[in-house]
Amino acid sequence: MYFAKRLAFLLPLLLLISVLAFALLKLAPGGPFDKERAPATAEIKRAIEAKYHLDESWWQQYCRYIGGVLRGDFGPSFKYRNHTVTDIIAQGLPVSVALGGMAFALSLGIGIPLGFWSAARRGQWGDYTGSFLAILAVCVPALVVGPLLVMGLAIQWRLLPVALWTSPAHVILPTLTLGLYFSGRVARLMREGMLTTLHEHYITTARAKGLDDTTVLLKHALRIAILPVVSYSGPLLADLLTGSFIVENLFQIPGIGVFMVNSSLNRDYPMVIGLVLLYATLLLVLNLIVDVGYSYLDRRVKYE
Amino acid sequence: MPPHANASGPAPEAFCLGRRKTQGERHKGHNRWCTAAFFFFAFSFFLLALSGCTRSEPPADLTVINGAEPDSLDPAIISTQTEMRIVKALFEGLTRLEGKNATAEPAIAHRWDMSPDGAVYTFHLRTNAFWSTGQSITAEDFVWSWRRALAPETGAEYASQLFFIKGAEDYSTGKTNAATGKPFTPEDVAVRALDPHTLRVELIGPAAFFLDLCAFPTLAAVPRFWIEKHGDRWLLAPPVPCNGAYTLEFWRLNDRVRLRRNPLHWDVANIRSELVDFLPIKSSTTALNLYETGAADVIWDKNLVPNELMDVLGKRPDCHKFDYLGTYFFRFNVKRKPFSDVRVRKAFALAVDRKQLAAKIVRSGETPTSHFTPKGMGVYEPPEGWGYDPDQARKLLAEAGFPGGKDFPPFHYLFKTDKLDEQVGVELQEIWRKELGVKMELRAMEPKVYYSAQSALDYDLSRSSWIGDYNDPNTFLDMFMTGNGNNRTGWSNPAYDELIRTANLQTDPKKRAALLRQAETLLIRDDLPIVPLWFYAGVNFYDPKKIEGIHANLLDEHPIHTIARKKN
Repeated sequence: MYFAKRLAFLLPLLLLISVLAFALLKLAPGGPFDKERAPATAEIKRAIEAKYHLDESWWQQYCRYIGGVLRGDFGPSFKYRNHTVTDIIAQGLPVSVALGGMAFALSLGIGIPLGFWSAARRGQWGDYTGSFLAILAVCVPALVVGPLLVMGLAIQWRLLPVALWTSPAHVILPTLTLGLYFSGRVARLMREGMLTTLHEHYITTARAKGLDDTTVLLKHALRIAILPVVSYSGPLLADLLTGSFIVENLFQIPGIGVFMVNSSLNRDYPMVIGLVLLYATLLLVLNLIVDVGYSYLDRRVKYE
Repeated sequence: MPPHANASGPAPEAFCLGRRKTQGERHKGHNRWCTAAFFFFAFSFFLLALSGCTRSEPPADLTVINGAEPDSLDPAIISTQTEMRIVKALFEGLTRLEGKNATAEPAIAHRWDMSPDGAVYTFHLRTNAFWSTGQSITAEDFVWSWRRALAPETGAEYASQLFFIKGAEDYSTGKTNAATGKPFTPEDVAVRALDPHTLRVELIGPAAFFLDLCAFPTLAAVPRFWIEKHGDRWLLAPPVPCNGAYTLEFWRLNDRVRLRRNPLHWDVANIRSELVDFLPIKSSTTALNLYETGAADVIWDKNLVPNELMDVLGKRPDCHKFDYLGTYFFRFNVKRKPFSDVRVRKAFALAVDRKQLAAKIVRSGETPTSHFTPKGMGVYEPPEGWGYDPDQARKLLAEAGFPGGKDFPPFHYLFKTDKLDEQVGVELQEIWRKELGVKMELRAMEPKVYYSAQSALDYDLSRSSWIGDYNDPNTFLDMFMTGNGNNRTGWSNPAYDELIRTANLQTDPKKRAALLRQAETLLIRDDLPIVPLWFYAGVNFYDPKKIEGIHANLLDEHPIHTIARKKN
């Protein structure tokens, strides 16, 4: 029941988001067809604007747009005039999903064991090493990690390609660049979660029963300690699947992350709103899934 | 805070993983981890397979780093050099620019006749010119393509390249025909197909550069049957009918545009590379990395290598510098005080030591200039503008009512967010503070805001640049005519407009050049709505030991079909 209600709210929420995005875009100065070189005549500029209905009032444009969306037509891109928004997303999304999925797997794959281990070795050198690595990953941005990886692995040792997206080897460096940062964040969340959980009475009880440490940690503590990571992974996955501007630019990856930033700089209105809707939908759906997962992991959580 | 002050309460002693375990339990835990690891890797590999990164595409025979992603590949719509480099390989016009100096040579037209007054051309089309899908190319294709480019609803930003044809501008701007009382129609454009292989074009006057214009993408033939069938998405519907040396294999945004040799091209024997990749790369570091590791053969543009490295890179044998038709300058808004006073504009121009500015900021051998049109365009000899004379500058500023910069109103320099433009702005700010005692504010804006502010004359001073479209001074000078969308200074001088108009009707190249020179003198010496700073230096990177067929020329024109990797 609760989840049905949340699903029902999804549509009005998306509608609201699209209105806000549209209004914000219209407030920004400059238009999609302002360029370094003016069109040959004023008539041509007027004709282009009429073609894309920019001569109408903003609410007419909005209604026209939403009408199209309801029919499954997300409109043409104003910047890439031979492409529709659907063309561009269909081309870029699979790439961003692949890269984002890999990076997601990497950040959980490194972050959870690292945080778990640090917490288990609290106050020992293992904890210090683990925490140091996690903080390092969080503090050094992709903008630095990426070029360093490229310099070492791709240019110095020529082990991997520097950029582009053609073979499986091309996937490794971008995945590392994107995933390492988040693995640090996941590790820190995991460690905190574990430390809080280990203070709980039921853990003391479990140990008092004479269970060995591994069982206590893996069977009793992990399940609850992982909850912060679970709730973080919803927005994280939405972020990762919709691409990263920095990583896609650095490695020349044909995903949609670059469009997330450039389309608003280009005032490519349909493209911006299409992407905003995509991101919002992903975020809302993934958060819903996270909440379902939550109640499964921690039986004390009930949704009314 | 003492160490460990944050450890509140009794810390649970460290847990010990993997100790104090019975053999059976150890197996159980082990299995659990194995399962987890298995799922993790399975998930990763699944995604890897899904990613489409295991494309089985053959490597290209030539890979070119081309600059920003093309907005379009439609010859009528494109407007940037990066787009034109690709489109010129896909779609041809009556002529094409060939050879070391990029001069107009026969393409789809194999010969032409010109009337004695130079105003009527009759083109004879090849009988062996075909679309890559097999249909033959006729004179009717050109008539349709040119009318399409002129129709306002096509949105061809370069439609003005056709305005030298009689009736073209009238039709494109929707003027009313005085004779009939109705708006001009496509039929009023003086382009006629006399028979399938003869095209007659009547010009408004003897445009000396018309054959060069025929090689310009706006004037290329496009496939009517395909465009009418697929609309705006015609370039995404394979197989796209092309008539250039190459066909469009595929176009993936931010990945590459791949071209394949056109087997039906009339000159197929001279197309040297089979598969050519154009990489749309904006990051100069990435571009240089790809080039240095051999993933790309050619870098077309100076903007595609980090400027900071030019001191080192510029000395290498694979760095090829050349002069080309591009000017970096700044505009005054002559509608705003105090820049409406020509003495103030002159003072600002005289205070700038361009040589030092160019040497300090741009490092690829750019030529400082006081005139707007580059040298080397036919018989045209540009006039000299104002050089560096700070004393004269201070005197003029004092005459204008601002001795020592006293009481000079606050003003700003508009530029788009770009490292080089910012450096130039900072430098100019300092120069004018030191020489004239005026205080300038820097105003960086994102590109779209910058362009719209410039068009709307919402600025005091503005960073500008211009790249010539064809090898004639007109491509630099006609933009400052009254009402031209690229004027953007508020400046208007009927004498200037008249000079350009008369010059373009002049058949004698020397007399024409003299008239244009008078016009440019008005522009850069008398009225000064702009101040030229330097000419761009073109830079290509390629290893001459590995790549052949690239020739430096003023237009930075490099037909792809002549370029190939050397066979060892």
